[in-house]
Amino acid sequence: MEKSAETVGSVDLKPPASDVGALGWIKTNLFNTPFNSFLTLLILLCLYKTVPPFIKWAFLGGVWFTNGAQCKVAEGACWSVVTQNLRFILFGFYPYEQQWRPAVAIVLLIGFLLYSRERRHWNRKLLVAWPLGLAVMGFIMRGGIFGLPVVETTKWSGIILTLLLAIFGLTAAYPLGVLLALGRRSQLPAIKMLSVIYIELIRGVPLISLLFMASVMFPLFLPEGITVDKILRAQVAIILFTAAYIAEVVRGGLQAIPKGQYEAAESLGLDYYQKMRLIILPQALKIVIPPTVSILISAFKDTSLVVIIGLFDLLKTTQVTLSNPEWMGFSAEAYLFISLVYFAGCFSMSNFSRRLEDELRT
Amino acid sequence: MKRMKVTAVTLLVTLLLMAPVAAGAGETLDAVKARGYVIVGVNGALYGFGMPDEKGVWRGLDVDTGRAIATAVFGDPDKIKFVTLTTQTRFTALQSKEIDVLCRNATRTLSRETDLGLNFVTVNYYDGQGFLVPRKLGIKSATELNGASVCVLPGTTTEQNVADYFRANKMEMKPVVIEQNTELNQAFFSGRCDVLTSDASQLAGIRAVAPNPEDYVVLPEIISKEPLAPAVRHGDDQWRDIVDFSVLAMINAEDLGISSKNVDEMLKNEDPNVKRFLGENPGNGKALGLDEKWAYNIVKKVGNYAEVFERNVGMESKLKIERGLNAQWKDGGLMYSPPFK
Repeated sequence: MEKSAETVGSVDLKPPASDVGALGWIKTNLFNTPFNSFLTLLILLCLYKTVPPFIKWAFLGGVWFTNGAQCKVAEGACWSVVTQNLRFILFGFYPYEQQWRPAVAIVLLIGFLLYSRERRHWNRKLLVAWPLGLAVMGFIMRGGIFGLPVVETTKWSGIILTLLLAIFGLTAAYPLGVLLALGRRSQLPAIKMLSVIYIELIRGVPLISLLFMASVMFPLFLPEGITVDKILRAQVAIILFTAAYIAEVVRGGLQAIPKGQYEAAESLGLDYYQKMRLIILPQALKIVIPPTVSILISAFKDTSLVVIIGLFDLLKTTQVTLSNPEWMGFSAEAYLFISLVYFAGCFSMSNFSRRLEDELRT
Repeated sequence: MKRMKVTAVTLLVTLLLMAPVAAGAGETLDAVKARGYVIVGVNGALYGFGMPDEKGVWRGLDVDTGRAIATAVFGDPDKIKFVTLTTQTRFTALQSKEIDVLCRNATRTLSRETDLGLNFVTVNYYDGQGFLVPRKLGIKSATELNGASVCVLPGTTTEQNVADYFRANKMEMKPVVIEQNTELNQAFFSGRCDVLTSDASQLAGIRAVAPNPEDYVVLPEIISKEPLAPAVRHGDDQWRDIVDFSVLAMINAEDLGISSKNVDEMLKNEDPNVKRFLGENPGNGKALGLDEKWAYNIVKKVGNYAEVFERNVGMESKLKIERGLNAQWKDGGLMYSPPFK
């Protein structure tokens, strides 16, 4: 571009040094008013008071691979409580020599999840690959083929159980929730009524009481000699609970679609299923991605409530480790570790949803 | 009319609740044999009684009691499955037949025997509530605790017991109530209270994790009775006998001087009590509906009571609990087996 006439021959003055570069940024953003200056200083003070002691505790004074007695004399954090018990915390009762199998399955699962993150990989093949992949993981863990010894599902514990409850809980709850939302908006009074009763009943009680009902009340009402697996009972309770919440979120999406969309679909001669599948649901589900993901995230964290009915999920195996006299008292380190695990799961879910929203924006 | 309806509903619910409790004699043993393993309800997070080690193998006094029952039935301590239960789920799990026997540090009480329809068998651990104090206070007995601040868990019988004890002895106390076990211990070690009260078996473990265990002493007074025993459902007396005598076999073996190490030599012993116990003179097995070698197998594969006690809660464990009330009757304890004849 050519310079305009007025600027020809004039000298470009640089702005004052205090307005550009790092210094300028600090001045305009952190110290632009007295109140902001005060806040900045306050936050700096808080950071100064907390961060260096934490680093000193966690890293400089921390011990990583010692026994409990050496931990007691250490100055900082005792990460040994995690490293020395890692295999029990992660795999629980899964036979010690066979623990490579759940490890392989988890690596496979993470691979699948990472691959499926990219929307350009979404196609029919992937749709077939998922159930196949889950079946392969199941076979690796269950054994009984290729000379692998059988490991019963009652021994699946630790992070395996957490992932099992989370993945099957979320994937089963989502379609059920969508169906319930459609049911609640249905013209048929019976279906509408049933959906409303279901949603309101389930939303009206806390998950803990559902889990207690599943584990304490339910077996008493079964006929003689019939018992339903404890894990399955908890899994069903989690699915039922999450589905009710998803239903309400999806209903919000359905109501947000302008009436014209419904009418347009009908004037094209589409029947109910075509209308929902091709026109309404794709738009409605897209709108409600953020609240849906926040429900899925809280459902993932809620799986840790199975602790109260004596199932050994990740939280319970950690608590058991902490009740060993050798490791008693190092709860901060152990809980920090599992909060990291949960954070990794939740953060990648919310990250994924943000990307999905960006890509789907039309 | 409305009243009748309510009665009918109550009746129906009661019937439904009662239905699984009634059980015919011999039914449990048949079910266990057909299934191929015993299902035992355990604590899951109580070191020394029922808890998995870092390799996921179950360890503890209650766990070994369960193994003794499995050995009595199958001759194999590993024909067993453990179900972890919380304080809320433990009794319903038994009533609903989810488990065959409950070995979960449960105190035998009258209301549990009657209202809950349970039968407790021989006690496998006599526990009781005690006090832990710092040595530097120079206190020798709980009667010197007047005016002390006491660290205690809320909402437990522990809290009530200690209040009753102080009132009965006309002493003042300042309760320091803290919700979580680990935080309770931290509070005590950092000096927020003068004394910590809990079950004696727990106190030993808490003392063991103190920054310096030698600085703390467990006072001799035990202020409550907590007889911990395995429990079975009402109505199946044969199964009850099997569970009962599996516990007693371990106690009797110690009394007779039979351990897992010398049990094979003891087979040659001429004492008729020993011969009957080990099945050389048959009869006991048939009476219980078991193999004649059942008691031999328990001692050989699980051990006698002393061995089980020492490796889980005694001197060979981290808890280092003295035998105390759990010693044999000859040594001033309460462990006393009826004759095996």
